[in-house]
Parts: sequence; structure tokens; C-alpha cells
Amino acid sequence: MCLGVPGKVVSIKEDIAEVDFGGIRREVSLLICPDVMEEDYVLVHVGFAIQRLEKGEALETLALFEEIERDYSESAEEDR
Amino acid sequence: MNQRKKIGETKDVSFILNQIVNLTNGHLRFMEVCGTHTVSIFRSGVRSVLPKEIELISGPGCPVCVTPVGEIDRAIALARLPNVTLVTFGDLMRVSGTSSSLNQERAMGRDIRIITSPLDPLEIAMSEPQKKVIFFAVGFETTAGAIAAAVKEAKRRGIKNLYILSSQRLIPPAIKALISLNNIKIDGFILPGHVSVIIGKTPYSFIAHEFSIMGVITGFEALDILEGIYMLMRQKTEGRSEIEIQYTRAVKDEGNRLAQEVIEEVFEPFNATWRGLGMIPQSGLMLREEFREMDAAFAFDIPYEEKADPPGCLCGEILQGIKKPPDCPLFNTRCTPEDPVGPCMVSSEGSCAAFHKYEDFE
Ligand code: SF4
Repeated sequence: MCLGVPGKVVSIKEDIAEVDFGGIRREVSLLICPDVMEEDYVLVHVGFAIQRLEKGEALETLALFEEIERDYSESAEEDR
Repeated sequence: MNQRKKIGETKDVSFILNQIVNLTNGHLRFMEVCGTHTVSIFRSGVRSVLPKEIELISGPGCPVCVTPVGEIDRAIALARLPNVTLVTFGDLMRVSGTSSSLNQERAMGRDIRIITSPLDPLEIAMSEPQKKVIFFAVGFETTAGAIAAAVKEAKRRGIKNLYILSSQRLIPPAIKALISLNNIKIDGFILPGHVSVIIGKTPYSFIAHEFSIMGVITGFEALDILEGIYMLMRQKTEGRSEIEIQYTRAVKDEGNRLAQEVIEEVFEPFNATWRGLGMIPQSGLMLREEFREMDAAFAFDIPYEEKADPPGCLCGEILQGIKKPPDCPLFNTRCTPEDPVGPCMVSSEGSCAAFHKYEDFE
């Protein structure tokens, strides 16, 4: 349940950021991680940014998490 | 199926693995406390490439798995009240209470909905002011920051029909309880990456100082986990017991200070029951006095009661690392992911579910 997914901040409006997760865009709350800017990478958990990531390092994890995500949705499919 | 990237296919792995092999000198038992680690260790096949002297065991690392039966029963009792909408994270829906689950209750017509963000209940409460919206909130520190921020936001917006049933749990007190139970000797902890994004390194220092056990805060890639194990081995070899961070790209020494402050402002710790571990001092989070009007435990007068775990289910021992899923007579017979008996099979991050899904790799 503690899965965190890295994504790239596309735009910010007050305390909501639009974040790109490898092509899929979602709104993310910045209430507990306000010091981010456009182009930053953030770690996102249950719709909240929980930490800003260094760019190179974020990219490094991105591929893996896409894979884990796929795995999770796969198992969710199986659940159904 | 089963086309996941296995560990041998990744570069750099052989280097770290060699280092680990070089340092191996006798049996060592490391516990991973986090369900996401459990899944990652299974799916990457980390176990199969490690020297056999290194034993990895899974601990109580999934909030769904440690939610006690009595808490599920309380959520169900609340969902049965008139005019109530109960909302929660999807994983909890299939966990059995004493005689029912939230899923079964929903099938019988109760208004129970799945949310993906702690801000979702605010939207539901605002758009349906005639309903009493109860958010059954589970999670560790990773999630507590978001939940606390949502509670503050609800208060700021003046939402009056939103209530929180908090069944959140804290990791460091659980680690302390596990060590103190002393049912199993643990040489080192693979500490949870995303819990630590929030709390940082300091809350774990007792592990090293009081108990002389080492710990490494570790990321979730196979390579992260191997590096975490390597760092543990190096401590062992050099005779150190410290808390170190392998997952530096996300975890700062001090954690996320703002999230810590918001949690502290909204919640206070209390003595909470964990499935399989019993009562652990100061290991739960309940709303502070200032937010009491939002506390479902007070507003609806349905107190928490201790209830027995499902008969025959070994989740308790599995969560402590004493038993492994195949030790359970119900594993893969009466208990399967399609028809789970205990929560360790319900949650995708539970040990039994992970074992069931990946055991062909072992
Ligand atoms: S296999 Fe099922 S019944 Fe046995 S311990 Fe795991 S969840 Fe409980």
C-alpha cells in the first residue's frame, strides 16, 4: 500500500500540480510537498506528492515502477 | 505470463552479488518490513541468487494485513447505519471481519465506495451534503501525511458531514515490538523506503542503539535491494550497527518535515492492536482533540472490540516472520487469492498472496 510512483510536474495551479506519469497525466496535491516547480520530478503516493526527486535519479526509477505498476494492474485484473 | 525481468538480466548485479558473496560468512537473517519490498523480492527472484546463508524473511509490512478483525467489524457496523457512505482504499474491501466483508456489505446494498486519494472523501461529502461520509483510513506513515493534510483541508473548507475512522499504524513501534517479542533472531532490517521518505532516519535509531541491530533504508528495485543487503553485510563485517540510507534518491536524513508537522498537528499516537502482534504501545494514530468532531469513533459511539482472527489462519505468525505461507494448512487449499481466508492472502502485498503468485520462481 506504500507504493510511490515518480512523475514529472507539467504545470502547477495553487496547491495542485498536473503530473505526467509516462504519458498519463493526473492531478496531484502539493499540500505536503509545496516546494516544487514545473519540470521537477516528484514521488507520488495516493494522489499526493510526498518528495521531490533529483532528475537523473527519478528517471532511473521510472522504468522499474512502470513495470511494477503493470504488475499490479495485472494482478488487479486477475482479482476480477 | 511470467515475463518479468529477472535479476540475472540486469547489469551491475553481478558486481554487487560478488561483493555479497565475498562478505558472506555464516547464516544471517534479514527482515524486510515493507510489503512493497516483499513483492519486489519475489518478482525479481532476489532470493534465488543470494548465497543460501542469507535468509530473507517478511515482516508486518502491509497496512491491510495488520488491520485487526475488530476494526473491520467496526467499519461494517458503521456502514450499516442509515444515511452513511463509507469510503476506503480498494485493498480493504475483501478483508473478512467476523462474519462479513465490506465487499459483501456493498453487495447487500450498503453505500460503500472505493477511493484512491484521501481528498476524494472531501469531494463526496461536499457533493452529497445529506450523507454522513465516513473515511475508513488505513496506512502507515507514507499515507498518514496525505490523510492528515486532507483532514486539515476538510476543516478549512468547513465540511461538517465528513468523519474519519482512523486505523493507521506506525512502523518504528512495530519494529520495536517485533525485536522485543524475541521469537526470532533478526540480524538486520531492510527498512521501508516510502515510510522513510516521510519520517527520515532518526525514528529508527533505537534499532541500532538499544538493540545493536543494523538497518538500511532501501529502495524497491532489485538492484536497490541487493545494494541494501550489501550495505548490511558490510556493517556486519566491519562490526557496526547503524541505520544507513541506500535509497538516497528519495529519502533525506530528516525525511519530509512538513508532512511530519501536519501528522503531528492532526494526529496523536495511541496504544493500538495489530493483527498477529497484539497491542503495541503508541503505534496507532488517532485524531487530536481539536479534530474530535470529525472522529467517527466518537461521533457514532461504536467502540472498538477485540475479535478473534479467522480459525486456522497463520497470518499472525507470518507477520512476525516465524512462519512462512506454505506452513499454513489452508494455503492454496481453502485459502486462495480468489477466495482468501486471511488478510495476508487478500492484499496483493501480503506474504501469502506474493508466495502464491511467484512461488514458481522459488
Ligand atoms: S494462507 Fe490464508 S489462512 Fe493461511 S495464513 Fe495465509 S492468509 Fe491466513
